[in-house]
Amino acid sequence: MENRHQLDLNTELMVLNMGPSHPATHGTVRFFIKLDGEKIIHMETEIGYLHRAFEKHCEDGTWSKAFPYTDRLNYNSAPQNNVAYALAVEKLMGMADKVPARTVYIRTIMCELSRMADHYTNLGAATLELGALTAFLYFVEARELTWDLIESVCGARLTSNYVRIGGLASDLPEGFAGKVKEVFAKNRVFWDEFDKLLTKNRIFLDRMRDTGAISRDDAIAYAFTGPCLRAAGVEYDVRKASPYLAYGNVDFDIPVGTTGDNFDRYLVRMEEIRQSERIIEQCLAQMPSGPININDAAVRNPSKEEVKSNMASMIFHFKNTIEGIQVPKGEVYVPTEGSNGEVGFYLVSQGGGKPWKCRVRPPCFALTQAMGHMCKGSFLADIIPTFDMINLIGGECDR
Amino acid sequence: MFDYTYLPAPNLIPSIVEMMLKIVFIFSMNMGVFAPLLGWVERKQSALMQDRIGANRAEIFGFTVFGLLHTVTDAIKLLTKEDFIPRGADRPLHYLAPFIAVVPSLVAFAVIPFGGKYMLWGHEVNLVIADLNVGMLYVFAVASLATYGAVIAGWASNNSWSMLGSMRVGAQMLSYEVAMGLTLVGIFMVYGSLQLTTIGMAQENFFHWGIFLQPLGFILFIACALAENKRTPFDMPEAESELIAGYFTEYSGLKFAMFWMAEFLEMVTIAAVLVALFFGGWHIPFITHQGLIAAMGYLFGANFGAIAAMIIHVAVFWLKVVVWIMILMLIRWSLPRFRFDQVMKLGWKIVLPLALANIFITGLVLLAVR
Repeated sequence: MENRHQLDLNTELMVLNMGPSHPATHGTVRFFIKLDGEKIIHMETEIGYLHRAFEKHCEDGTWSKAFPYTDRLNYNSAPQNNVAYALAVEKLMGMADKVPARTVYIRTIMCELSRMADHYTNLGAATLELGALTAFLYFVEARELTWDLIESVCGARLTSNYVRIGGLASDLPEGFAGKVKEVFAKNRVFWDEFDKLLTKNRIFLDRMRDTGAISRDDAIAYAFTGPCLRAAGVEYDVRKASPYLAYGNVDFDIPVGTTGDNFDRYLVRMEEIRQSERIIEQCLAQMPSGPININDAAVRNPSKEEVKSNMASMIFHFKNTIEGIQVPKGEVYVPTEGSNGEVGFYLVSQGGGKPWKCRVRPPCFALTQAMGHMCKGSFLADIIPTFDMINLIGGECDR
Repeated sequence: MFDYTYLPAPNLIPSIVEMMLKIVFIFSMNMGVFAPLLGWVERKQSALMQDRIGANRAEIFGFTVFGLLHTVTDAIKLLTKEDFIPRGADRPLHYLAPFIAVVPSLVAFAVIPFGGKYMLWGHEVNLVIADLNVGMLYVFAVASLATYGAVIAGWASNNSWSMLGSMRVGAQMLSYEVAMGLTLVGIFMVYGSLQLTTIGMAQENFFHWGIFLQPLGFILFIACALAENKRTPFDMPEAESELIAGYFTEYSGLKFAMFWMAEFLEMVTIAAVLVALFFGGWHIPFITHQGLIAAMGYLFGANFGAIAAMIIHVAVFWLKVVVWIMILMLIRWSLPRFRFDQVMKLGWKIVLPLALANIFITGLVLLAVR
């Protein structure tokens, strides 16, 4: 027994492979965790399980054909992606200011409706994973009603495919403002019930507060955007920083947190739901009348009646469909405020009917890369609220 | 010292018949009524709370019977599923664990009185299977055996998640057993007995119910009992979003069903203990035990009156149990779950000191009263 100190009890770290087929990782991400008891010593994140080569697919179709793909990025708030892509293409074509005012307002409304739906889903799912199933179902009901509104506008719920380059697929249905009023009244009840069940619930507070926290500087360094950045105390919102659509004409506040922990992220999202309601109500009040499509047959197809009766219209319809809308040479990046952070499309055109390059800036990619940083030193159970609050959407992150 | 008076000595055959009937009754209530029905209650009650319809699809010739047939389909499904044992698992222990989990929750019921004492044709019927004078101590002892089931299940599964789950079970049960024992010391001091029938009889007066004499003890006991039951908000051992299913991740079919059943049966036992200790057991508020027997005796004659009183008391007891099960379910469906370290903190830093304080205060009050 010479080296007695070598006989000391040696404890090994437990290596855990969390996901991709784990209830909390939603099948789209894998965490490689080293645990000391329940404490996370090291954590690595692996994404890519939902990679569909969306960006490459876009290069094969015409500019218009990318819209259905964009629905499948963040499928919780599909219209926002439609809008972001349309704005990018329109800017590339230099016709951003020619889009009818009514379209701008309708796009704003759709963006905010989908932001509400996204936050309902995200907050609801987070509580579900913390074990509060009843609160989850209250927000699922609220999301359901919000989706009913989106459905009444574009006929689809999940994958809306609603926006077109230079216009929209269809106008708002009759009596939409009234319907919005009804739904908002109902949703406020759900919001209040959810708030009562959780916001001051000691167990919920203990789970959310001081978990997954990130400092202001780290959040910026990790390229955080959206609610997670604002929760860390940075007052940055694309809607305010560089107003697009009708955001310059409406009055709304940006909720900002202080600690950057999960509870602040929760509070920011809760407040954003209210602010979105405000924006939509103002948009509906200011809603201008007029056409919804740009008056340029080379961009937006003429109506079916015209296509069937007018020679020139028919040619445009044919060329738009087969060759695609002609976009001049150039490149553009347009940021928009998605419900999860900055959604931006970087488009490169070599001229012609197809994108040469289409690159998406997904908000949750930046958020997901900080998972290890945020979870290190905390408990295994803290992964759950942190991962819920960064709201990784596989469709968007992996593309 | 054991008190052997409950053994059937003087008139053997009626005593054995009585004993068998009581065992069959409790067994059929637990296994035949509560175990299958609670799955349905859980579905329907949560549906009611969440503005849903709940289970309503299983049917026989178009009859759905309020979704009750889902219980049958559950049973068929669980019976016909593959009994999967993972590679590298400790097979004997893997088999043994569900049995260890389910048996204690059944036998714990033996000392809980579901009615009082009645004279039938000169034979005294005591509505408790085993009237032990160590009563609650036996419940604690048996309930802690169930921990072995969960710990062994996690250990034998050869799965990291199961292992984590079983470690959580071990720690949680150990911490809360200590606290749970202490929360009830106040009750034992007030009633001067551990025997559940004695405690039951002492609660004949409505204002002597445990809830009025030991309000703090009651609240602490509920917290501990929920933790022992391993249901939300204390379901860390099986936290489905963290540990997939915790210690029973690698179980399927009937063995899975046994863990499920154990959880429901524990809930029934907890509700029954709550009723027996804090809510007057089988007593109807403001009606004395003998008073009801006398009133029924006046209506139906001595023997049949006693039987009528017995039926009423048993029904009242089970009604209280059902109400408590509903409240436990309400808690389960409203609250999110704790984090593991928070549960430990709650157990050791809050519940335990409060329980000790409760004992101290109870002692002072008892001294002052005497």
